Amino acid sequence: MSGFVLIRGGRVIDPANGMDATGDVLLEDGIIRAVGRPDVPSGAKVLEADGLVVAPGLVDMHVHLREPGFEYKETIAGGTLAAAAGGVTTVACMPNTRPVNDDPSITGYILQKALLEGIVNVAPIGAVTKGLEGRELTEMGLLMRAGCVAFSDDGRPVADSGLMRRALDYSRAFGALIIQHAEEPSLSAGGCMHEGVVSSRLGLPGLPAAAESVMVDRDIRLVELTGGRYHVAHISVAGAVEAVARARARGLPVSCEVAPHHFSLTDEAVVGYDTDAKMSPPLRSVEDRNALLEGLARGVITVIATDHAPHDSDSKRVEFCHASNGVVGLETMLPVSLELVRDGVMTWMDCLRAMTVAPARLLGLDRGRGTLSPGSVADLVLFDPEAVWVVDAARLHGTSKNTCFHGRRVRGRVKKTLVAGRIVFDDDL
Amino acid sequence: MGSHLWNRKHLLGMADLSREEIQSILDAAASLREVNRREIKKVPTLRGKTVINLFFENSTRTRTSFELAGKRMSADVINMSVASSSVKKGETLIDTLATLQAMNPDVVVIRHPESGAQEFLARHLDTAIVNAGDGRHEHPTQALLDLLTIHDHLPLLDRSGFEGLVVAVCGDSLHSRVARSIALGLRAMGGEVRFVGPPGLIPPKAEEAFGARVYHDMEEGLDGAHVVMALRLQLERMTVGFIPSVREYFAFWGLTRARLARAAPGAFVMHPGPINRGVEISSEVADDRERSVILEQVANGLAVRMAVLYRLCGVGGGR
Ligand SMILES: [Zn+2]
Repeated sequence: MSGFVLIRGGRVIDPANGMDATGDVLLEDGIIRAVGRPDVPSGAKVLEADGLVVAPGLVDMHVHLREPGFEYKETIAGGTLAAAAGGVTTVACMPNTRPVNDDPSITGYILQKALLEGIVNVAPIGAVTKGLEGRELTEMGLLMRAGCVAFSDDGRPVADSGLMRRALDYSRAFGALIIQHAEEPSLSAGGCMHEGVVSSRLGLPGLPAAAESVMVDRDIRLVELTGGRYHVAHISVAGAVEAVARARARGLPVSCEVAPHHFSLTDEAVVGYDTDAKMSPPLRSVEDRNALLEGLARGVITVIATDHAPHDSDSKRVEFCHASNGVVGLETMLPVSLELVRDGVMTWMDCLRAMTVAPARLLGLDRGRGTLSPGSVADLVLFDPEAVWVVDAARLHGTSKNTCFHGRRVRGRVKKTLVAGRIVFDDDL
Repeated sequence: MGSHLWNRKHLLGMADLSREEIQSILDAAASLREVNRREIKKVPTLRGKTVINLFFENSTRTRTSFELAGKRMSADVINMSVASSSVKKGETLIDTLATLQAMNPDVVVIRHPESGAQEFLARHLDTAIVNAGDGRHEHPTQALLDLLTIHDHLPLLDRSGFEGLVVAVCGDSLHSRVARSIALGLRAMGGEVRFVGPPGLIPPKAEEAFGARVYHDMEEGLDGAHVVMALRLQLERMTVGFIPSVREYFAFWGLTRARLARAAPGAFVMHPGPINRGVEISSEVADDRERSVILEQVANGLAVRMAVLYRLCGVGGGR
């Protein structure tokens, strides 16, 4: 869209600049020109935002787009549509596709597809090891040059200690972030839900909390050794939050993200063998959930990311232990996270920071994503913070509908999503 | 037969059942036992009804018991076995659904190696389902037959009800659906259950999950118990890595005459079978007619299953 657009009269919340005030946002040719009470050039198109929150478009640093290779679960087109509907303007997509994103040519393919068919920004995450096999490092430098923004073997941990040391060490050459799916395989083997009272009652093999905290503890020792930048994906247990808190207090380059399902649900959601409540890591105990909330409140957990993991219904309509791990999350991220604000866990500013500038900075996203600073790309979300709605799996925009929030009454609804000044989602249409 | 107390469509587990519901099944089973003592062991109660035994796991004992229960009540009984080797990723389960629906049975009795498989089918199938064992989750008819057996022996223990009765469930309760179901059933009836066995073979947080008291010392666990239930140690698959050897297991957790002496006077021994002699129980205890009620359990299994089929077929009582 060329020319001027004025987003008028909304509550503008921009955590990057510590701003929370009623005002206007002026865009020109897809770039943010001014925020506050700018002079409005004649002929500017006006978007009324009265009663709405105007914020930087959300950045979700943990998304599975499934393309290439698993297009029957999700595509770049479908996944980015779900993102737009959720107010998410940038998704970092995990490399566990087929083929794995472990080669610059695959990164190029994803970016090309995103350019042609995607409707929000796609930032690929490269694999730490070739084929996610945990044996040989990928060409991190060339992958970053091709467009990767971080590295992860997500879905699997980098289990070998020596290899993790090399990855954390080598990544420093490029300032790359290593994202770990923290799980000690010998402790989690065979488990298909959190080990605790509920797994005992349901007779399902459990996966102890220690499987995660043991790995985070180990990795932090390796960060001490190497100085590499380390990020815990989808943190889910109290022990891991504690470990990250200690590491951060000592100034180590350690961070972590939490998924909305982990801070809003517990293993009780599995009762009835609901496979839409099956993911990895699993929904945890009440105590773990409380530790996640406390971690968010204290600023130990700085990022909210969905681990959006679409699965076709055949992968879920099976016995619990055979069902695929994962839930979709892009379209429920905002309202479920806003529950944190209403419950007094986080301020508006901190909650939105965890979904905008915090992940954008961790990933080193260019051109000022996740902020409304003048000169930034005009990626924005306009949402009605009071609108109440009920999540209905059938009405989700993505290809797969495996949500664990079906039937949940939520508050906060995305009205418009803009990417580079262009409206990519409009709830009123 | 107090059918007003029963209005469930399925029997999926003991977890759902109230004391009254359990009592109503036990009462019905007790009166149906009479049929099994007749010369012509057949009543026309379920004539025209179809019962399908669908077993995804081998179990001649349980399948035969259900089959006989159906036949004694004149139901048409069909056995379907699905070899577990062909069960891949649940495809068979979904596929089997359509086949089953087409047969329009009144009751489907299902055994499946995965916990929750019957609950999964109950959501998709329009027929009454009896859980004949799912993974390590539940085996409600086994618990009911155990409760009936205990009930029969209450007078010998100088007791009139389950209230305050102490049952020691010994061995690998972690992998045992029998242990879970009897613990839940006993709790509902007001009894006290103990899980006795090596650490690591007891379900995590068993106190909270089942109201069970946990003992790792066999002698302490048996102390004053009225009923001792020995669980089968599933050597084939489950206990590998949990215990160092059978020899060590028997040395510390085998049910021997000396250990049994710690139990209350008149205490008796149960076992869901089949027995591993010299592993979880010594032969002299297993074969002791004074102490062991293992054969009574088998007979009661038939009566309980007749009662369950009767209830779920909705004869003489709304469902
Ligand atoms: Zn992961």
